[in-house]
Amino acid sequence: MNSDKITKGVLLLSSFIILLVAGGMIYSLVQGSVPAFKNFGFKFIYSNIWNPTDGKENYGALPFIAGTIVTSIAALLISLPLSFSASLFLGEYYRGTKMAKVLGTMVDLLAGIPSIVYGLWGFYVLRPVLISFGLPNQGFGVFTASLILAIMIIPYATSLSNEIISMVPNELKEAAYSLGATKSEVIFNVVVPTARSGIIAGYILSFGRALGETMAVTMLIGNANIIPNSFFSTGNTMASVIANQFGEAEGLKLSSLIAIGLLLFLITGIINAIGKFIIKKMS
Amino acid sequence: MKNLAIIILAIFVLSACSNSGKNAKEKSASSSKVTLTAAGATFPMPYYNMVFKAYTSETGTLLTYGGIGSGGGIRSLTDKVVDFGATDAYLNDEKLAEMPADVVHIPTVLGAVVIAYNLPGVEGLKLSNELLEKIFMGEITKWNDSQIAANNSGLSLPDKDIAVIHRSDGSGTTYIFSDYMSKISSKWADEVGKGKALQWPTGMGAKGNPGVAGTIKQTEGAIGYIGSEYAFAQKIQTALVQNSSGNYIEPSIASVSAAAKGEIPADTRVMLTNSDDPEAYPISGFTWIILYKDQNYNGRSKEQAMGTVQFLDWLVSAEAQGQAEKVHYAPLPDAAATKAKAILRSVKYGNEALLN
Repeated sequence: MNSDKITKGVLLLSSFIILLVAGGMIYSLVQGSVPAFKNFGFKFIYSNIWNPTDGKENYGALPFIAGTIVTSIAALLISLPLSFSASLFLGEYYRGTKMAKVLGTMVDLLAGIPSIVYGLWGFYVLRPVLISFGLPNQGFGVFTASLILAIMIIPYATSLSNEIISMVPNELKEAAYSLGATKSEVIFNVVVPTARSGIIAGYILSFGRALGETMAVTMLIGNANIIPNSFFSTGNTMASVIANQFGEAEGLKLSSLIAIGLLLFLITGIINAIGKFIIKKMS
Repeated sequence: MKNLAIIILAIFVLSACSNSGKNAKEKSASSSKVTLTAAGATFPMPYYNMVFKAYTSETGTLLTYGGIGSGGGIRSLTDKVVDFGATDAYLNDEKLAEMPADVVHIPTVLGAVVIAYNLPGVEGLKLSNELLEKIFMGEITKWNDSQIAANNSGLSLPDKDIAVIHRSDGSGTTYIFSDYMSKISSKWADEVGKGKALQWPTGMGAKGNPGVAGTIKQTEGAIGYIGSEYAFAQKIQTALVQNSSGNYIEPSIASVSAAAKGEIPADTRVMLTNSDDPEAYPISGFTWIILYKDQNYNGRSKEQAMGTVQFLDWLVSAEAQGQAEKVHYAPLPDAAATKAKAILRSVKYGNEALLN
């Protein structure tokens, strides 16, 4: 057998394994959530009751879907100006300087901090600060969770956009300069439009991370199974309710938690598909 | 080069350690053939860890316990992968009927659920049944509410919001607490009910006893419920709770133990909350070990069956019970221990009795 065939075989096998794992996961999620959907039908998605009490069992995922989407969108909006400026700073204005190197390292460092540490920091440091600003509910809630999520996704959005911005060809920028454009004109008329699809892809990836984030959110959102009625209200997210409740769950409750997992999987899939579509349209 | 030498040395030392560990295991296994496997509730784990270890060093019987939750304990026994399971909530008649064979309950120790709060300078807060209901249903929202003040003359209560903290994960602690609340308040029983997880009318959730305790500690004006074994070990400030005789009782080893002094059924399947005993702390409960009544299943040997019941007989004996207090659990009162021993004597291997 020649080396070409061996390589081909190994590659085929490993891709097949990945396919098998992904397929198996989807299958078990669907299979596990059948009892929940059989019992509650589509109402499972839009009902806001989550009552695990024996004899009165009734489950609906809306509070968690709402909590997940609200915190993730808020986190994206909060992180947007910060990470966008940071990526321009790193990739264009101060590119290659010592300052940029230090800042770049700090951003990478932020990306490496485990989520539980963000949660601890939020619980013991950020929350007391917010309470002193008069935040209700002892500082727990959607706002605090979004803030932590925003800090957590900044490094992702920043380094991805930074990478794309640095890849904009110098010829383009030099051409603009030679026409008499100022630095900011070059950035907003040449660099950003050229890097647009990559930057958006970076934010979509960050959004995906915010959707699935569990530990830090659990520690700060207040874990109240209600639809948040204000930005400062307590709430719960899909990932967090699964992490909290699966331990002692059985029967219908376990199936409902798996169904929430399936919904989260679908939402993430849809977001990714939208992202790909946008990138395709723009480039 | 130097680093390499250190690494090689470290590997040698480590492998030597693991070898000697293996030898020790083999030795004790040869002196006694029985190895018992158990899994279940996390609430009694500190106690089980301590006494299981003591029993192993005394008799050579190897014991392993997996703290996987009460639900997991019941599942493991159903699947017959353990010698006995452990649970904080007894199996009701319906669940007993679902088990593949007859199952018996052995109470092993008592624990309680304490009401912890964070109000600096306010000690010995007294909570009547009515106050407990109204606070945890979100009807009283301020600490200086006249209803709390009327029940606590002499305490200066601040003008602060009450922050109710409950468990966000499913838990036997929540089960005992909600069982008690359902007994003292018909409104709670109707609107909330009892279970390992609830639809909470107010408040916010934190994960595990450490999560609830930590949140209360961090939050002035917070109130919540915590497993006594954790609260006693951490010396957390707790409220006095009114029992069925109208007395305000501080949670302690003695007052928790007193909850099991009254009449208990022969199979010990009973929730001890709201006990009749005038000295009893009302939010107390047993934790149980569950095993099959006929130990001859799945091809288990008679030695294995004998080892199981002998160990459990020791677990409810004065020797093991005397150690419960060290890890902040309340020992079984004599009457309960006698009932547990009687149940163990009904456990058989085929038709043969195992203990006499």
